[in-house]
Amino acid sequence: MEIPYTAQPRKDTGLYNAKVGIWLFLASEVMLFGGLFSAYILLRVGATPGTWVHGLLNIPIGTFNTAVLITSSVTVVLSWAALKVGNFGRYRFYQAITILCALGFLGIKSFEYREKFSHYEVWLNQPVTVTRGGQEVQTDRLLGHIEYQGHHPAFWSTKTLAEKQVESFKFTPDPIHYKMTPKEMAHARKTAAGRKAEEFEFKAADVKRLSAFVPGHSTYFALYFTLTALHALHVLGGAVVIFYIWGPGAKMWKTDPERYTNRVEVSGLFWHFVDLVWIFLFPVLYLL
Amino acid sequence: MQATSPKQSHAGHAEAHHEEPGFWSKYIFSTDHKIIGIQYGLTALTFLLFGFCLMLMMRWQIAHPGQPVPLVGPLLAKVLGGVAAGGVMSADLYNSFGAMHGTIMVFLAVVPLAFGAFGNYVVPLMIGAPDMAFPRVNMASYQAYVVGGIIMFVSFFIPGGAAQAGWTSYSPLATSIPTDGQTFWLVGMIFLITSSLLGAVNFIATIIQLRAPGMTWMRLPFFVWAQFVTGFLLLLAFPPLEAAGLMQLMDKVAGTSFFLPTGLAVGGQLADVSGGGSPLLWQHLFWFLGHPEVYVLILPAMGIVCEVISNNTRKQIWGYKSLVYSSLAIGFLSFIVWAHHMYLTGMGTKISTFFQTTTMIISIPSVIILTCFFISLWGGSIRFNTPMLFALAFLPMFGIGGLTGLPLGFSASDLHLHDTYYVIAHFHYVVAPGTIFALFAGIYYWFPKMTGRLMSEYWGRVHFWGSLIFMNVVFQPMFAQGMAGMIRRMADGGANYSLARVPDAIGGLSDTIMSLHTLILWGGIGLGLVQIPFIINVFWSIKHGRKVTSDNPWDATTLEWQTPTPPPHGNFAAEPTVHRGPYDYSLPGKAKDFTPQNEPDQGGKH
Amino acid sequence: MSDHSHQDIAKHVKIYITVFVALLVGTIITVALNYLHFDSMALTIAIALFVATIKAALVACYFMHLISERKMIYLIMAFTVFFFIGLMFLTLGAHYDYPPNTTTL
Repeated sequence: MEIPYTAQPRKDTGLYNAKVGIWLFLASEVMLFGGLFSAYILLRVGATPGTWVHGLLNIPIGTFNTAVLITSSVTVVLSWAALKVGNFGRYRFYQAITILCALGFLGIKSFEYREKFSHYEVWLNQPVTVTRGGQEVQTDRLLGHIEYQGHHPAFWSTKTLAEKQVESFKFTPDPIHYKMTPKEMAHARKTAAGRKAEEFEFKAADVKRLSAFVPGHSTYFALYFTLTALHALHVLGGAVVIFYIWGPGAKMWKTDPERYTNRVEVSGLFWHFVDLVWIFLFPVLYLL
Repeated sequence: MQATSPKQSHAGHAEAHHEEPGFWSKYIFSTDHKIIGIQYGLTALTFLLFGFCLMLMMRWQIAHPGQPVPLVGPLLAKVLGGVAAGGVMSADLYNSFGAMHGTIMVFLAVVPLAFGAFGNYVVPLMIGAPDMAFPRVNMASYQAYVVGGIIMFVSFFIPGGAAQAGWTSYSPLATSIPTDGQTFWLVGMIFLITSSLLGAVNFIATIIQLRAPGMTWMRLPFFVWAQFVTGFLLLLAFPPLEAAGLMQLMDKVAGTSFFLPTGLAVGGQLADVSGGGSPLLWQHLFWFLGHPEVYVLILPAMGIVCEVISNNTRKQIWGYKSLVYSSLAIGFLSFIVWAHHMYLTGMGTKISTFFQTTTMIISIPSVIILTCFFISLWGGSIRFNTPMLFALAFLPMFGIGGLTGLPLGFSASDLHLHDTYYVIAHFHYVVAPGTIFALFAGIYYWFPKMTGRLMSEYWGRVHFWGSLIFMNVVFQPMFAQGMAGMIRRMADGGANYSLARVPDAIGGLSDTIMSLHTLILWGGIGLGLVQIPFIINVFWSIKHGRKVTSDNPWDATTLEWQTPTPPPHGNFAAEPTVHRGPYDYSLPGKAKDFTPQNEPDQGGKH
Repeated sequence: MSDHSHQDIAKHVKIYITVFVALLVGTIITVALNYLHFDSMALTIAIALFVATIKAALVACYFMHLISERKMIYLIMAFTVFFFIGLMFLTLGAHYDYPPNTTTL
């Protein structure tokens, strides 16, 4: 006996095997990301006021990346529609766009990551005076960039200062801090635009804690990196599967076109789910 | 028949002329559900034995703290080094063994045996399917399980040893122990969870899609229903733990603070972390799996017991529909009871009331199932063979385990009993003489189908009576110890704690309570010894057991007995058609006292 | 599902394009509203999640064909959504419900 319903749907359920399989898998994925989202909510409502990071991600890039992913989602479904009417060429064309979009998304994401790794927050032992929104403020916590021996280093932490025996480093603070409300941050950004940023020279002894925007910086960045990295892994996995079906696996189109179309549909369902997760991740991480 | 579909023309013979696959593709990288089932079974039994040995060494340490472990002490010292210097188990090693005993028994032994082994071998046969819906996914599931198991096993030998924070791995303790054992544990768990997810997808899809014509939902054997619900529990409850595992892994390797609160001090020093995390979050996500997991352990066991009881009482199981609906109700409710493990975390009365209520409600379907089994015995002409003995013993043993759980489900009584040996006794009654007895019943019951030979009845009985007696010797005293206030996880079995007692003061650990440790140790040794006949019986019977004279040695009704023995690749020569429910025993007016599911009604010749 | 005629598919394609445009518009709306900076954080969150939910529903219903799917799939997803909500809200409920006189950080 052979396994039935690999291509044709079973009469009473109206489904072929792989479709049941992928929806079950997606159900488990809903719970996987559900666990992470509930972690997000619980950590956020439990956060001490003023410690929740917000407003530090690059919104235009994030928006663009959202558009890239949405485009890839529509090309997936269009490619499936093309296969349904037997147009293999058009299917290949659309799916090629999908794969390119996936690579584009990952490329942009890694660029965003890299930017964060060389962006810092410093906690100081003694407050300093900085200009924010046109006013002088005393603060012991600054966001900004480090310059050391002509370089902008990445991944530094409090420990690095001791290990590298750094005596002092140059620090260019941003005009904002996430303790401010979104409105205040927007205002501070506007007033600071075009002006030359102030610079500080901090001694290692001045620094209580130093952290780049890495997962260990705060629970927000921990969530940001965990969620987006897990999502990126899904994008990568989905792209590999779509590529396999598109390229080496395309022989099946000749031998069993119906099953081949099913494969495209099933991989497409996974891809839409990945898109769907991003639809929530984008506002939750970038905007709120 | 509602499920009949136009048959493909290439029935059996087109397939049959394939060349014989070689050893590797036949036994190691097999996609045949029967081989995978046996692979799961052997691996899981090995881990079951290993987990038991860990516990035996711990029981020695509890009964004789600070004395070298007999027999294996020198070996421990040699292999593990400083933590077992002189063959004496250090507190760290005790903690490792404790954490790994729980992890191995739950995730590497009982679940793979109940779900992976029996589910894989029996479910497709029972529903009349040629294989699982996704054979290659099935193979991947087993491989992920093996990789997870290897990672867990290897972690004993890394510097610092295996994970030490209990099988529940509560943060911040799990994160702040400086060794790498926990990292291995987390990576291993991610593999095991992936394995379970792949298995669950496969099982559910198979049961939905590959039922033979005529095998309607209400004609499924209860074992299949139990596996179906179990599949959903694994599918939906495991991913939140996978999420939690990923977060704890990040805490461990990337320095995040998902579960580390602000102001955390380790070893008297403020920890170098950002803080802001929530230790309770880990507990929520862990028990969101943890509680459904209990039903993952028990439902397949109930399924096996149902098959064995119906077969050996030679009558229909009483209340088939009640069984089905009860198992569905258990599956549904088990997702909303988890926080009864967390009454002592500073939970308010509203939430605590909610979880107490759902906890009490979920005991109802469990009691219904057990009651159905008991009533099924009434008026049966019972055959007392080894599988039936184990299935019968399951009933009171699981009953004790279940009923002693009720005091733990009320927050008032839980205040006293939480984290004591009472809890250990309770859940071990559910899992050890409960589930494991059912699994033994399953092994004795389906062994002839897998091998074509019967296991020895005599040694089966020795195994049964020994196990029954020693299980109770081991676990019954723990109720008393727990109610006397003995706390879990003490590396010296409470020796220090009991020394501090004031004579005649209420609540101290008396000498009687402490001396029970010795009794339990001997009970454990006895339990180990009576497993030897079982192990020998399994391997000896493969080659030398009494040959079965028919494909259906137990005169059973379900489809797995209506195939050749052992079933060939593809299982059935022709697709079977199902005409009746699963337990048509002793139908009036029939020549035989059993009517197989694929036997047509009189007159309705096919 | 399996017997799509060519006209059917042409109709589908039109729907896909419409949904695609709607998703892009939705994205722009969310981002644009974010630059307005409402005083109430609750309102900001509510609007953003509302738009996101609509977008997600569009993807699920039309791209994933959930709008015309089989009963079995609905059943599976209904349970999943129920347990997902249970996980979210019971956890959150436990966070807000603690015994009287508890001090928190």
